[in-house]
Amino acid sequence: MTALLRQQGYEEERLQRAAELLPCREVQAGVLLSLMGQPQQYSYPSIFIYGHRASGKSHVMQVLLKELELPHATVSCVECVSATLLFEQVLLSFFGCEAASLLPRSPSLSDFVRIYRQQCSQSPAKQTRYIVMEKAELLRDTDANLLPALLRLQELVEDNITVILLSEIAWDKFRPNTGCFEPLLLHFPDYSKGELQQILSQDRHPSYSAEFYSSYINILLGVFYSVCRDLRELRHLAALNFSKFCEPLAEGKVKETDTHKLWRNIEPHLKKAMQTVYLREVSSVQWEQMQQMEEKETGALRGLSAHTHVELPYYSKFLLIAAYLASYNPARTDKRFFVKHHGKIRKTNFLKKNEKTSNHLLGPKPFPLDRLLAIFYSVVDSRVAPTASIFSQISSLVTLQLLTQVSHDDQLDAPKYKCAVSMDFICAISRTVNFDIVKYLYDFL
Amino acid sequence: MSTSSVSKGCFVFKPSAKKKKTLSLEECFTDGCEGADNSEVRFKLCQDLWDKIKTDTEVLQDELNRKILDSLLDFTRKCSSTRQHSDWASQMRASEIPTAALVLGVNVPDHDMTFQSLSELLQQSVTPHVASVQAKECGALKHLMKRVLERLMGTVVAVDDEEEAEEAAEQTSAQLHKSVHCSLSTLCDWYNTKTRKSSTGTPGKKRSSPAKDEQQQPPVVVIFKDLEAFNPRVLQDFILICSRYIERLPLMFIFGIATSPSTIQRMLPHSVSSLLCIELFQSLSCTQHLATVVDKLILTPRFPFKLNGKVMQVLISIFLYHDFSVRNFIKGVQLALLEHFHSQPLSVLCCNKKEALLNVMKLNHHDLERIRQLMSFKKYVEKQEQQEQVNLLKDDSHLKEVCQRLIKDLRKYHKNYYPILRCLHTLTSSLPRYPLGKQIRELHLICLEKNVWENEDYQSAMKLLKMLAKDELITLLQRCAEILQPVKTKKMNKALVQLEELLAKFQQLDTAPVETAPIVEESFTSPVKNLQKKTDLFQLQKTLLEMNESRRSKKLSPFEVLRNEALEFIDDLVKSHLSPPESQTLNEVCYYSSSATVRRHLNATPRTSIQAALSSPYYYIQNDNLKTEDGSVSNTAPDICIAYKLHLECGRLINLYDWLEAYATVVSAAEGKDPDSDNFGKVDEVKHARFIQAVSELEFLGFIKSTKQKTDHVARLTWGGC
Repeated sequence: MTALLRQQGYEEERLQRAAELLPCREVQAGVLLSLMGQPQQYSYPSIFIYGHRASGKSHVMQVLLKELELPHATVSCVECVSATLLFEQVLLSFFGCEAASLLPRSPSLSDFVRIYRQQCSQSPAKQTRYIVMEKAELLRDTDANLLPALLRLQELVEDNITVILLSEIAWDKFRPNTGCFEPLLLHFPDYSKGELQQILSQDRHPSYSAEFYSSYINILLGVFYSVCRDLRELRHLAALNFSKFCEPLAEGKVKETDTHKLWRNIEPHLKKAMQTVYLREVSSVQWEQMQQMEEKETGALRGLSAHTHVELPYYSKFLLIAAYLASYNPARTDKRFFVKHHGKIRKTNFLKKNEKTSNHLLGPKPFPLDRLLAIFYSVVDSRVAPTASIFSQISSLVTLQLLTQVSHDDQLDAPKYKCAVSMDFICAISRTVNFDIVKYLYDFL
Repeated sequence: MSTSSVSKGCFVFKPSAKKKKTLSLEECFTDGCEGADNSEVRFKLCQDLWDKIKTDTEVLQDELNRKILDSLLDFTRKCSSTRQHSDWASQMRASEIPTAALVLGVNVPDHDMTFQSLSELLQQSVTPHVASVQAKECGALKHLMKRVLERLMGTVVAVDDEEEAEEAAEQTSAQLHKSVHCSLSTLCDWYNTKTRKSSTGTPGKKRSSPAKDEQQQPPVVVIFKDLEAFNPRVLQDFILICSRYIERLPLMFIFGIATSPSTIQRMLPHSVSSLLCIELFQSLSCTQHLATVVDKLILTPRFPFKLNGKVMQVLISIFLYHDFSVRNFIKGVQLALLEHFHSQPLSVLCCNKKEALLNVMKLNHHDLERIRQLMSFKKYVEKQEQQEQVNLLKDDSHLKEVCQRLIKDLRKYHKNYYPILRCLHTLTSSLPRYPLGKQIRELHLICLEKNVWENEDYQSAMKLLKMLAKDELITLLQRCAEILQPVKTKKMNKALVQLEELLAKFQQLDTAPVETAPIVEESFTSPVKNLQKKTDLFQLQKTLLEMNESRRSKKLSPFEVLRNEALEFIDDLVKSHLSPPESQTLNEVCYYSSSATVRRHLNATPRTSIQAALSSPYYYIQNDNLKTEDGSVSNTAPDICIAYKLHLECGRLINLYDWLEAYATVVSAAEGKDPDSDNFGKVDEVKHARFIQAVSELEFLGFIKSTKQKTDHVARLTWGGC
């Protein structure tokens, strides 16, 4: 398999070692290597690599650059809150800290290019320099000129440099309207089930045989492959559940080769893991503790989403109910619900064509503050003075994200809100104050 | 003030040192205080009392939070110790950032205190590196990063000794000067130098003792005080960045959650939440918290200052209806305390017994007159004999003696009131449908209002108690005995003795139940036998009624007799000790009763006050010219008041020109012009300008707004009026 990694100008031994570290990615590594050419040769100015999470993009780049000892700078775009950090990291890893400190405060792209050229003339590249940008999709949100400039950085700085962009998103979503230099595209496909099996089997437990671990991985993939193909996550799950898998072995009940019995033992456990620890309902530490405990006790531990109950002050509850009604009832129907002698209006009488669909399917609609308060005053059973704390409760409901403000924060005049809670939640809330909300909802008339 | 400058412009004057000296607290207190002669004493009393209450509540809150804080501390310790394992499983496992989700409830104002003590505890016992951030200061990732770095590096500065502190301060300021360095790698470097510095002394020992090792790798804790308010995008990015450094930097998060833990899942996608190892911590609910505070702060004779029923009701309803905040509740108590000492000159007597007795002797004639004016004292005087009445009203020294006695009585009343209240609560709190309330504060409110035994609910509670089974009743009575045990007054001791006797009798019942059984049966048998005979319908009804009668009037079993006896005993206790404080003489000294003041201060109604100001300017301006009888606005009122009054007479749309005309007429009348003259009510430039200003002020206050429906018109935003 090392045959694929062959390129003149690199030591055979290093290539060999790199190939060993890159199982199932030989093809991609080979293509990359041929693109890179010999160390001193100019390479293509920019390469764009895309593929799903944990498909080995960064790993391949890291291994190649490290093992072949090429000059490179790896930058994660999520970390670069400003372009400054990006420039600084690049200069730092190519020319040392003095170069980085030459950057002025809040430097522009041309500052970066200037300093780079200046430094580059002092220490010209003997080998191709590489800049690896991880999570490159975030570059789209930065200055409009940054991405096009990075794509043809080789021309700008007149140095043997190649920019490699890594992203989970295809290049089509990147292309700026103004047009730019097209990078070479390289796709990393997802690992197949077989490949996952091969990779995961490599990190076997030192005290068990490779076959045993491989059979474990096989069972694990059988359960999880349909929901998760993320290598990192699968490895994590494998580590968490392995001790349970070995349990009957340690008790001496079964032999290593008795796969069927082992499978029967672990399968329900893995299914449970899929519903809990995989979704992060319970943390991995808690999961491990649960494994050590008896079966009976584990029932006590509830997942994160099981806690949905929220205690609210009395008027906040009614404000929330009023907001829900305002969000899901058409404004025209308020008269029907909240005016005492509204006369008998049938639902069909004021049914417009487009309102035949349920409002609950369309989601909450924005409403002005006046309407919220009008509904609130008619819904709450006692007379409430319009005190400051009623208004402050509205804003605290917004910070708690039970309401969302639709209009901009600066708009003081007639702010608009939306109700952001679910039907179940509001039903639970209105039950605590003995308010039959369903009677007031237009959809359930 | 003048400047030497020739040019026109704005100049900043720093206040001179002399002027800067503000009024001291005491001066503020004395200023405008009723009965200023003893205000100093009152101020001191007030402050002492408040200090005592404050320390007490702080201790209480620490105790309440202890459990959850302890478990959090354990969690951080565990996290920092487990991360150093190097076995196969932990190597293979994705390194997650340990995260504690701390669910605190919606009473956001209270959280500050919890986080304060949490970070203090963490710094004391686990790690010096703690940073807490709030959502409002972290709008963007950059700011969040900056805050975290500042706090982490800054806190260390504060802890270390001065020399190093200066160095570090310089360093950080130099680093942070350029926000270029505001990245986690800077933090990593800083952390490494920090830990290495402390470990260089003992490089050999480091490997030998894992405990030591743990000490040298203290976790870096970041506390997000209000998770809900954070921008999810910012939080996600921050977590992504942190997870890249988790190998090098032992990071740990604490999320403060106000609603429910499912918020985490709503804010963070799976790709981000899979980087966290979230453990849940649930704090005490705020209602329980309030119950403890009320129990320890209000329902105790320790503090002489008391709230009357209405004030208590206001404070509790603000808590239950508006904010759920215990801190605000205590603030309310503080306000009431201040107001009481400020406005009631007799509050000099509101202190512990010795001091109060002393202060009684110091009262001057003026104060004694005040005592004679008290409602409760008048009632007391009326009950006395003729000669005594004269003495009380004329003789100051006699009055002082009586006052001492009355103060002692008041103290005794309180000492007996609270234990009996607790007893009654224990008895009634487990009854079906809670006739006297689930919480003791509800019962307390009932008792404060009027005689509890006249309450219907009390009667029904007593009826229910009469149906209790034996073992239930015995456990309840035993609990009552436990409550009475530590009380040291004569009456309570007597009550305890009686109660124990009753309990003993109940126990004796078990030993000799046999004798009574046949008697019951005898009385029972005859009608039943009658039933078995053949009878018509009328007869049957009659016998059934008879049976019913006989059952009711039948001889009670000894247990029932004893039960009635016990309940009568309780009833007597209630009647003698749970009378409302208004019935006590001199209760005005200890009880603060102005619920309107408290409500006005704590639950402000801006709209009502604006309307009050506009419709009756005299209320705020206190100018006699503005006084009117029938609630109308006088001509001389401020322009905005006149404009407001006129606009009330209009419909939804107001014609600006008509409004202006009307305004000009009113103002002309105020100027005293002859109504028959030609230019009466004529609009000149000044009036025009004043009118425009008034209208724009009304617009600013939100009473009107411009409309596109009709030119020259404005729309009214409020309805109602004349």
